Amino acid sequence: MKPRTTFLLGAAAIVGIAGYLMAGAITRTGVYYLTPQELAGRVAHDSTFVGIGVKVGARVVPGSIQRAAGGREVSFRVTDGGQSYPVVYRGIIPDTFADSADVILEGRLGRDGTFRATTLLAKCASRYENAPRPTDEKFRKYRATPGYRAVTTART
Amino acid sequence: MILIGELSLWVALLVAGWACAVSFAGGALRRADLVASGERAIYATWGFVLLASIGLWTALLTHDFSFRFVASFTSANLPTLYTITAFWAGQAGSLLLWALILTTYSAIAVWTNRHRNRTLMPYVAGTLAGIAAFFLATMCFGANPYERMNWVPPDGNGMNPQLQNPGMAIHPPNLYLGYVATAVPFAFAVAALITRRLDGEWLAAVRRWSLVSWFFLTVGITLGMWWAYVELGWGGYWAWDPVENASLLPWLTGTAFLHSIMVQEKRGMLRKWNVVLVVTTFILSILGTFITRSGVINSVHSFAQSPVGTWFAALLTIAIVGTGYLVATRLPDLKTQAQLESMVSREAAFLYNNVLLVGIAFSVLWGTLFPILSEAVRGTKITVAAPFFNLVNVPLGLLLLALTGIGPLIAWRRASVANLQRQFALPLFGGLAAGALLLALGMREGHALIAYTLAGFVATTILQEFWKGTRARMRLHGESAVAGLAHLVARNRRRYGGYIVHAGVVILFCAFAGLAFKREADVTLHAGESYAAIDPYGHHWRFTSNGVSVYDQLNRHVTAVSLKPTRDGQPMPLIETEKRQHFDSRGNPTFEPATAVGILERPMEDVYVVLTGVRENDAAELRITFNPLVWWVWYGGITMALGGLIVMWPQTQRARDRSGYNTVLRPEATAHA
Repeated sequence: MKPRTTFLLGAAAIVGIAGYLMAGAITRTGVYYLTPQELAGRVAHDSTFVGIGVKVGARVVPGSIQRAAGGREVSFRVTDGGQSYPVVYRGIIPDTFADSADVILEGRLGRDGTFRATTLLAKCASRYENAPRPTDEKFRKYRATPGYRAVTTART
Repeated sequence: MILIGELSLWVALLVAGWACAVSFAGGALRRADLVASGERAIYATWGFVLLASIGLWTALLTHDFSFRFVASFTSANLPTLYTITAFWAGQAGSLLLWALILTTYSAIAVWTNRHRNRTLMPYVAGTLAGIAAFFLATMCFGANPYERMNWVPPDGNGMNPQLQNPGMAIHPPNLYLGYVATAVPFAFAVAALITRRLDGEWLAAVRRWSLVSWFFLTVGITLGMWWAYVELGWGGYWAWDPVENASLLPWLTGTAFLHSIMVQEKRGMLRKWNVVLVVTTFILSILGTFITRSGVINSVHSFAQSPVGTWFAALLTIAIVGTGYLVATRLPDLKTQAQLESMVSREAAFLYNNVLLVGIAFSVLWGTLFPILSEAVRGTKITVAAPFFNLVNVPLGLLLLALTGIGPLIAWRRASVANLQRQFALPLFGGLAAGALLLALGMREGHALIAYTLAGFVATTILQEFWKGTRARMRLHGESAVAGLAHLVARNRRRYGGYIVHAGVVILFCAFAGLAFKREADVTLHAGESYAAIDPYGHHWRFTSNGVSVYDQLNRHVTAVSLKPTRDGQPMPLIETEKRQHFDSRGNPTFEPATAVGILERPMEDVYVVLTGVRENDAAELRITFNPLVWWVWYGGITMALGGLIVMWPQTQRARDRSGYNTVLRPEATAHA
């Protein structure tokens, strides 16, 4: 056999192994990534979907966060505008977790309709809409000072 | 100054557009005056982008909060160092940094090639100017750092506390220096394709730029890992997050290129492949910026879509379609000049190295893009995370590690049995001895055992090479061992610098394998209480809490806990971990509390302590982790960077000829080789 052919066979073997590993790894470790509405839709179609590990991307309902004493357990609600779910999470709570934060939860939906999260990732909402606004609460005193006038009012 | 900067941004866009147009026209029409004008315009673009950058820095340092960028990322009480680095804390500034680095590189490339590679240069300048014009247009029309708000806030929002870290201050510029340096080889590849001058000429011009890119990516990735480890507090340094993957992708293909370039230099093979690798590396760099900046991948549905995404999608499409067309129409010019002669040869080892590196890159890309792909094909988003990447990349990485040892020892073209016996007897023994020793000491983790066996093998090959070279110098020149070693490295920088990089790789793999032995525990400690644990090496630790303290410091309010550890009864240095609530200059709290991790760093293992919360004023909830060998990740990275520096350190032409890598190979020289 020509060396070139041998090499190509070897390369094909490596590519094959890599492909096999990838396919296997995806079926074994891939999880659905859903919004609360999509999750509700799936559960309505197929009741066995309850209890399957999924990832859910949603936003924390403001004011719903209830931290247990200490720092390791928290319950809150998430929503995507349409559907909302109560969530219970135990573990390290990320620094960026707060009201209105966008979160990615990994866990299972329980029969009682509560989502039990095993991981909680939070993106700080302020990271994307972070310019200060005249209406921000912290500027109340500033707005009250005599010299203050808003350049324009409505746009921001 | 700020106004000058703002205007300079627009002028720079016009000048870059001009440079792009006249350079291509000058090249196509063979008009020297147009080419010269294009090159002058390249220098001018650099000048204007520099002015624009100085303008933004002025706005930041003078705290001009009428600018959205300044108000978004700084506050009046932000330490000066971080006010300067706020330049790249946001999107618009990052783009300006990209443009600044790109135009600086372009100016350097044009200047160093003012007497060389003259046929290629118009197209090189044109391509670089085109990319610069694209970035400037993205800023001018998409995300302008000079965007003003319609009111002036009394103070800005301040910088995210997680970014207030020295590592984060220098990590992005390093990564960008690496990303952007891939644009120069790309421009040369495009020029070589257009002019059909696809012999060694463009490769010689490109090699050092690829090294620069590789060097900065290595440093940047290492810094990024370090930042994630000390700042994010989840106990690891690599999470296979899309942003991290984005920086790894061009590093992988860049590394593949640095190896395959040697095959083309020595044997005239792989000409198509090298062009494809250079182009791919650049496209992956852009894709990396696109992924991290547009929010397509990391996104939860509700994230604000940035207008920049569309611009980058356009650039990616143009780059892929354009170079695809060029490569397709130039295939006959890219015919290889030599054939693989034997499977047992260095060429073959390098080819497999390339297959593996590109395979790893592909799997990482696949895993990163899988949510999008699965949604497009099957309508549901399926994500993969760390387990996927580990399952695929651990076996491939181990194969790669083995090749790291085999490649440099095997002869070019065709290795003889005698060559193999002479070179591999000792390393094989070294590897098996390392594995057997660890097995005897009670290590039972399969992957880790394989990793350490291979590491022993590769380490022995490297030591053997250094020893052989030094001994030869001692005999031939009568030098001492130290002088012999120093001269050996200085005279053959590519070869021995490369070995040092490989040594860094070995250190890294050893450190990665240490993760298999990580141990962690969640504990609650009142003042005076203690927690006992056994580390992976079997030592007995006891952590005693000194209680919770609360105080103000600089621009933050700190809640701290310190632990008094003992190891086998011996007292160890205090470990202190904090929660920090930052506030702005008016005393308002900003952002959510940030964690400052307490780390007791030791070569054998890190003790990593995170304060997760405080209950009843003095009960600290802590996560205590034993992280074996993490220390070596940083030193592995530093070793690799050091090796890279040695490889790319300039050498005189005479020395280069002597070391056997005469990079400009004419086709006729290799055709009969």
